[in-house]
Amino acid sequence: MSHATIPTSGPGGHEPHAHGSPGQHLAHHFDTPQQQYGSAKLGMWVFLATEILMFGGLFVAYAVWRTNHPDVFLYAHTKLRWELGFINTMILITSSFTMAWAVRASQLNQRGLSILLMMVTVGGGFGFLGVKTIEYSEKYKHGLWVGPSNQFHPKYEGDIKDHDSHEGHGAAAGEHGAAAGEHAAATGEHGAAKAADTKTADAHAAVAAAPAAAPAPAVKPVGADKSMIPLGAQGPSGVKSEYLKQPTATGVEQAMGIPDPRTHIAAHSLSYDSMPEYSKQSTHQFFQIYFMMTGLHTLHVIIGMVLISWIALRASKGEFSHEFFTPVDLVGLYWHLVDLIWIFLFPLLYLIH
Amino acid sequence: MATTVTNLGLPGSVPQQPQKPGDNYLNHSRSILSWAFTLDHKRIGIMYMCGVLAAYALGGFFALMLRTELINPEPTFFKDPVQAWRFYNHMFTLHGAVMVFMFIIPAIPAILGNFALPLMLGAKDVAFPRLNLMSLYCWIGGGLFFAFILLKGVINVMFPGLIGYWGNGGLETGWTFYTPYSTTTGDSAVTEATLGAFILGFSSILTGVNFIATIHMLRPRGMTWFRMPLFLWAIYSTAVIQILATPVLAITLLLLCAERVLHIGIFDPAMGGDPVLYQHFFWFYSHPAVYIMILPAMGIISELMSVFSRKHIFGYKFIAISSLAIALLGFLVWGHHLFVSGQSALANAIFSLLTFSVAVPSAIKTFNWVFTMYKGDIRLKAPMVYALITIFLFSIGGLTGLFLGSLSTDIHLTDTYFVIAHFHYVMMGSVLFSFLGGLYYWWPKMFGKMYNEPVAIIASLIAFIGFNLLFFVQFIMGAQGMPRRYATYPAHFTIYHQISTMGAYVMATGMFLVLLNLIHSLLKGRQAPANPWGSNSLEWQTPSPPPHDNFPGAVIAGDPYDFHRWKFVSDEEGWVPVEAEADIDDDTNKAAH
Repeated sequence: MSHATIPTSGPGGHEPHAHGSPGQHLAHHFDTPQQQYGSAKLGMWVFLATEILMFGGLFVAYAVWRTNHPDVFLYAHTKLRWELGFINTMILITSSFTMAWAVRASQLNQRGLSILLMMVTVGGGFGFLGVKTIEYSEKYKHGLWVGPSNQFHPKYEGDIKDHDSHEGHGAAAGEHGAAAGEHAAATGEHGAAKAADTKTADAHAAVAAAPAAAPAPAVKPVGADKSMIPLGAQGPSGVKSEYLKQPTATGVEQAMGIPDPRTHIAAHSLSYDSMPEYSKQSTHQFFQIYFMMTGLHTLHVIIGMVLISWIALRASKGEFSHEFFTPVDLVGLYWHLVDLIWIFLFPLLYLIH
Repeated sequence: MATTVTNLGLPGSVPQQPQKPGDNYLNHSRSILSWAFTLDHKRIGIMYMCGVLAAYALGGFFALMLRTELINPEPTFFKDPVQAWRFYNHMFTLHGAVMVFMFIIPAIPAILGNFALPLMLGAKDVAFPRLNLMSLYCWIGGGLFFAFILLKGVINVMFPGLIGYWGNGGLETGWTFYTPYSTTTGDSAVTEATLGAFILGFSSILTGVNFIATIHMLRPRGMTWFRMPLFLWAIYSTAVIQILATPVLAITLLLLCAERVLHIGIFDPAMGGDPVLYQHFFWFYSHPAVYIMILPAMGIISELMSVFSRKHIFGYKFIAISSLAIALLGFLVWGHHLFVSGQSALANAIFSLLTFSVAVPSAIKTFNWVFTMYKGDIRLKAPMVYALITIFLFSIGGLTGLFLGSLSTDIHLTDTYFVIAHFHYVMMGSVLFSFLGGLYYWWPKMFGKMYNEPVAIIASLIAFIGFNLLFFVQFIMGAQGMPRRYATYPAHFTIYHQISTMGAYVMATGMFLVLLNLIHSLLKGRQAPANPWGSNSLEWQTPSPPPHDNFPGAVIAGDPYDFHRWKFVSDEEGWVPVEAEADIDDDTNKAAH
């Protein structure tokens, strides 16, 4: 058995440190700056794992709902404007790049550049929030808000006019998704540039997307029998396939003349009326999940912006150098995670085909 | 605080400066603020202890109230049955929620883990002392809020006039917040309570992050992974669960709040939602959470078994790896809480099988503990008595878990007192008793005082007898069909309930004796030697209580279960290294050293 002596003093204890040397950042319980840096990095990664698991819960909820109601997701996602999501994706990827560069600049003692890049990153965050504001306010205007303010919600109490206007808009977005033609892209830009004037964009798009939009007789889900528990919810989540998939595909539903959702997936042209009743009742769920996921993500964006601003402030006081840049590095990791989560949210919510 | 930090900030000041005699972490600085803003893991552990034991007293008091209500089928506290039954609902929710979120989960990691983990590593502190303090304040803030919300409900039932004054509160859903109870009971403070639990969860996560980083990065040279004391393996496995499971609870509670406040309908079948999804989410955290509770307890038992048998722990690697195995398998068995919730038969069968598989690492530990005692030189000190009680109770609790893991018997036993008894044998019998064993074990190190040994053993036996009276009959009445969570019952269950209630009061007596003994030791206890037990792990190689910086000089990290170099010295009533004793014998050599 070999005995080892614990270095209770550590290297820090053997040599006196003047102020301004790396030693001033070395906490008393670490032996070396490397050990301290490694601990901080490990701690941050572990914390990021908790963040991933927290979002993981929402991703699981998403997976369960999408498995249970593929037609709902296919139909409802057309109400989102993928081009706005795309702009946000670009913004976040760019800001991730500037943040990574800021960390590198900090390591190279380029203080001014590092601060500038962090400010650009925060600016990207503001850009993201701006686009998100446009999206959210549009949803609110069209009665696609969270909770009972969603027109597909069984307890929705808004007027039907909203429903109509949204139908036009939804079809337009669907057209974008399906065709992705020049016209659609133009509409998207138009909408992004003049967010307030979405009605114009909607009307414009509705004309172009006539085939899908035309019927839209605006059957309010409110009229559905509330006492009836929708078929889709009768089975336990996640493991319902053995009970529900079969009837959905071949048996009961077909006999009743209710179309198989999977046919619609193939057809790429899903309308509200062609969905079975239990899917209609669940349509609002897409928006609830959308708002939960993007809302929590947006909260993380805001937290990340506050953290980066704080670190930029500390950097302007000259706290960081090539010998001590741990906080810049850790906040950078956090920002990359925020970016990464969006990279998953964007296709899962906006690009369903 | 200021002085503390500047002292710490001066590298090199620590080992060179000779310690003032009698200077330790308790009296190193004396102001209240030096405690409130301390970054010292030992002080944080002590403050956790005060808070967590207060939570235990609160939860325990309401456990006694529950048993008092159940002493006969009639309403006990109120004449009006509705009032009495609501009172009962509030009380059992408070008891469960406070005990789970505020006592069992933080008890061992936050108190004993915080105090002992850096000492056992020979380190000066945990990796992130500030985060540690923040975790404490998350716990205090979240815990006070949580307890207040729950107590408000109890008080509202007692004095309905107060509702107009401070509004509704309290929780009648049970600690699990199952939907649709939690979304439809209008006057329950579900949103507030989940917020409290959310903040408590943060405390748990931060502690877990801290412990993982500390164990990875601050192990001394010579202490490889397989040279760590087994308590650290257990704490490490616990921390893995804390960081992987707790965020899922956080998102579950957020979704529950959104469901209740925004009516998003995700758990409501009338809106296309699914209440079973809530149960999946909830148990994905809360099943691993029971391993957050039990794993550190197992770690303590591993320490105590070896030290008090004066024998190297048997099957070190198996015990170490089985902690990790339990942590990982614990994530795969949550579905056994949903056997009768409408889960598919296939999923039931799979979850049942996986549940049985958890028995394997648990049994590995138990057999290794027992074999450690074989041909050992067993010292029946209070910590060892608690450890033996724990093994006994854990065996009963663990084996009755197999009844519940079997699909056919579970259908009969679900939601009966059998489940209550099983849960309490594992969570209370095993965790509480091993926590007390660990508390007695590290108490001399914490405060530098010995407790009264005979009283400690008598108290443990009283608590043991009370515990078995309290819960063993619950197996019987559960098997006969007595459902849980009811404030009243058919008359033929009366005798069982009365035995159970009697046991509760016996157990409470034992707990009071424990408390009195510990308070007495603080006031009048004999000065504790550095190593009262002859353990070879590092925390015993520093004075009791330890100095502010944990170790006055260099310490030796060897095999934590090799006790050969320690010898009992009756003058000091403690153990000293063999080399040191040789020095005492030989006066001429004294100067040379």
